Amino acid sequence: MYEVRIHSRGGQGGVTAARLIALAAFRDGKHATATPFYGAERRGAPIVAFARIDENPIRIYSQVRSPDLVVVLDRTLVPIVDVLKGLKPRGAVLVNSGHAVSLDHMKVHRVDLTGIALDENLVIAGEPVLDTPVLGAIARLGVVSLESATKAIAELFQDPRNVSAAERAYREVVL
Amino acid sequence: MKEIVTANYAIAEAVKQAVPGVIAAYPITPQTEIVERIAQYVARGELACDYIPVESEHSAMAACIGASAAGVRTFTATSSQGLLYMHEMLHWAAGARLPVVMANVNRAVGPPWNVWADHTDALSQRDTGWLQVYVATAQEAYDTTLMAFRIAEDKEVLLPVMVNLDGFLLSHTMQDLETVEPGSFIPPLHLPHAIDPAHPAAYAPLTGPKDYYRFRWEMEKSMRAARRVITRVEKDFAGRFGRRYGVTEEYRCEDADILVVAMGTLAREAEVAVDRLRAEGTRAGVMRLRWFRPFPTLDLTGREVVVIDRDYSFGFGGVLARSLCSAARIEPFSVIAGLGGQEVTYEDIASFVRERRPGEEYWFGVKGDV
Amino acid sequence: MTPPAHGEPSLPPVFKRRAGETMAQIPKEEYILETTSACPGCSSSLSLRYILKAAGPDTVLVIPASCSSVIQGMYPNTAVNVPVYNIAFAAAASCASGMVAGLRRAGRETKVIVYAGDGGTVDIGLQALSGALERETDFLYICFDNEAYGNTGMQRSGSTPLGALTTTTPLGKIHPKKEIDRIVEAHHPPYQATAISAFPLDLFQKVEKALTFRGPSFIHLLAPCPTGWRFPHGKTIEVGRMAVKTAAWVLWERGQGRLSVSAPSKGPLKRPVPLQDYLGMQGRFKGLDPALLSRLQQGIGTNREAILAEAERP
Ligand SMILES: Cc1ncc(C[n+]2csc(CCOP(=O)(O)OP(=O)(O)O)c2C)c(N)n1
Ligand code: SF4
Ligand SMILES: [Mg+2]
Repeated sequence: MYEVRIHSRGGQGGVTAARLIALAAFRDGKHATATPFYGAERRGAPIVAFARIDENPIRIYSQVRSPDLVVVLDRTLVPIVDVLKGLKPRGAVLVNSGHAVSLDHMKVHRVDLTGIALDENLVIAGEPVLDTPVLGAIARLGVVSLESATKAIAELFQDPRNVSAAERAYREVVL
Repeated sequence: MKEIVTANYAIAEAVKQAVPGVIAAYPITPQTEIVERIAQYVARGELACDYIPVESEHSAMAACIGASAAGVRTFTATSSQGLLYMHEMLHWAAGARLPVVMANVNRAVGPPWNVWADHTDALSQRDTGWLQVYVATAQEAYDTTLMAFRIAEDKEVLLPVMVNLDGFLLSHTMQDLETVEPGSFIPPLHLPHAIDPAHPAAYAPLTGPKDYYRFRWEMEKSMRAARRVITRVEKDFAGRFGRRYGVTEEYRCEDADILVVAMGTLAREAEVAVDRLRAEGTRAGVMRLRWFRPFPTLDLTGREVVVIDRDYSFGFGGVLARSLCSAARIEPFSVIAGLGGQEVTYEDIASFVRERRPGEEYWFGVKGDV
Repeated sequence: MTPPAHGEPSLPPVFKRRAGETMAQIPKEEYILETTSACPGCSSSLSLRYILKAAGPDTVLVIPASCSSVIQGMYPNTAVNVPVYNIAFAAAASCASGMVAGLRRAGRETKVIVYAGDGGTVDIGLQALSGALERETDFLYICFDNEAYGNTGMQRSGSTPLGALTTTTPLGKIHPKKEIDRIVEAHHPPYQATAISAFPLDLFQKVEKALTFRGPSFIHLLAPCPTGWRFPHGKTIEVGRMAVKTAAWVLWERGQGRLSVSAPSKGPLKRPVPLQDYLGMQGRFKGLDPALLSRLQQGIGTNREAILAEAERP
């Protein structure tokens, strides 16, 4: 089973990103689930969401404890949340950032999702959209196929800029 | 068409296909998505139905009662405090023999406030005369909601049905869903006692001590008949759509010496625990109870039983464990776990089985003696 | 000191402003910590801050299910430095009735303030509110009106204005906003007012004044909500000011049967700026159906005229 944990702030789309991962994996012909863990906070509070992908139906509902991939949509969370908690020894980390990030001497993949969203003018109520572009970057890490990723995005969002932003993120991830 | 959706969405989808004439509902976390979806279907003209945006759950159920009494299919959804606020009307819907269908997203009751999964909300309504079923996947939520209309409206039953699903753990988890065309599976509602000015009658009038118990007995007769009807409807569903459900869902039970009994998502996660235990040489199985009302007849003799309750009846015990003590005459190891969304993993469940103490009660997370 | 009789102020006369009042008169003490769990730009934390400054430490807040149940923080933390009594959604006013009776019986003059959302006031809590007003409960009831069910993610409430988009009115609400002020007025409370956090001094003074009365007082607080109304979270005050400038929201107070228009609303009431300036700032009115818009405009106009007429009544 491949497990993903996404760190974001309420309103940044972490939950939608998890849903998109599950949907894309599903379009790849796998079984997948996506689960948010809502605290009771309002917008802006740190939240986590999980996605699981497997060849067989998934019967686990509890939280992801040892993720294969940790995604951080908001860098400002790094000092306040233990984003590496439980990460599998050979697990990967993807951070939304325009410049190199060092995390406990880990190798960190990065992609400037905020920059991409602003560039593509993918902004809703003044906030850059991160949840669709991040799927492109995740596809680049091989978690889902790019084809399914763009399909999943197009299924949920009409605005074609979501797909083009994801494709850009796919190309621009720094591995 | 296969999609990947939350269980809340799956229920809204099933409701859309069952085409109720009136839906009255009120928002409450973690159920709100159902209400919102349905409001959107109605606004977009995808569901020809009157959606009544009531001012409370008491009114939601009261409006469903009024609409149902007029002979129209009705649906509502709620959770926790909302379900409790409906309490008086829950008795009313059942006593008035109205086939209202409701989704209840199981959530803890306050105080203190808590919006996470817990079965105490629904289990505390167990004596209202509602049928209660607990589901564990989005697909099952969808299928069971379709079946709920059919069962509630069966002329042998004519009692309301509550479809229960775990808050967040299931309501907000995305899983795959295959929808069906229910077609003749849900025939039009014919309510024999629908109000009709051509046949004036007094509904639920003052009834004296000589007669009252008779109405109660009629309810119980229907509850007993519901056991048959449920099996019949589940069979018909399997025949038409290929998915089979039972009063219980059993996993690796045939040769099991130890059974884990639970409801909802915990019971499904327990399957993973059972796989681990079997790998260690412990012959365990899971019995997931789907229908809690009417309570099934179960034969658990000759096996050790570990019951996990995500609920509690103060001064008595876990509701499921206690129900099994009396209905199946067993002395289970009773585990109280998952209250208010307390995290319980398959590892934890495996350890409940490993460290079982038949006849005792154990509160997961509480240190020291219980 | 004998407590004043019902309806009589124990402090200075109600409708005379003290000369030279400025924000500087507001006490420095803070009863709300900076770390609430509210959305950024939420007007609730801001309003509560001034409300509690006016009320002081001998106060209990009674809070039914609402955004405020969340804003105060999660156990074991709390962002509020007076007792907060959380209670079921429908029950705030009746719980407060009992609490006041209990406190007074115990010889305490502790102020009881209900801080409820619009849903908890005009919908599910209306019966309890009406009962408490009718029984002349000695409390201050503040309706924090963000014009929807915020806690559950912005569904319509009876207080949602005509035409507004919510998650349960995806094409805009087709029923007009319930006039809770008229409903409350019909119970003849000794003091009643409207307020908004964009005018904190006005809010502060109204709370101070309300608490001088024996018996029930009611403050209807319009609460611009960036999340639900869909405007950038830095614009909360601007949106609030615009609500007043367009007279979509009129600040007034009524005591001893007399209504007076509060200073910030005096000009706008006679010469409001176009309503569109307020609606246009908010995503929830985007694509508003012209028929709904004209009904909304009409309703706001009628309300404005009614207030003017009452204020000018000799
Ligand atoms: C009986 C009951 N029904 C529903 C709920 C769910 N609920 C909690 S807060 C809320 C909405 C509150 O709206 P409002 O009173 O306007 O306050 P706001 O959240 O906007 O501040 C709802 C529907 C509940 N807690 N209890
Ligand atoms: S939803 Fe609105 S009222 Fe509620 S906390 Fe957020 S900004 Fe404040
Ligand atoms: Mg509100």
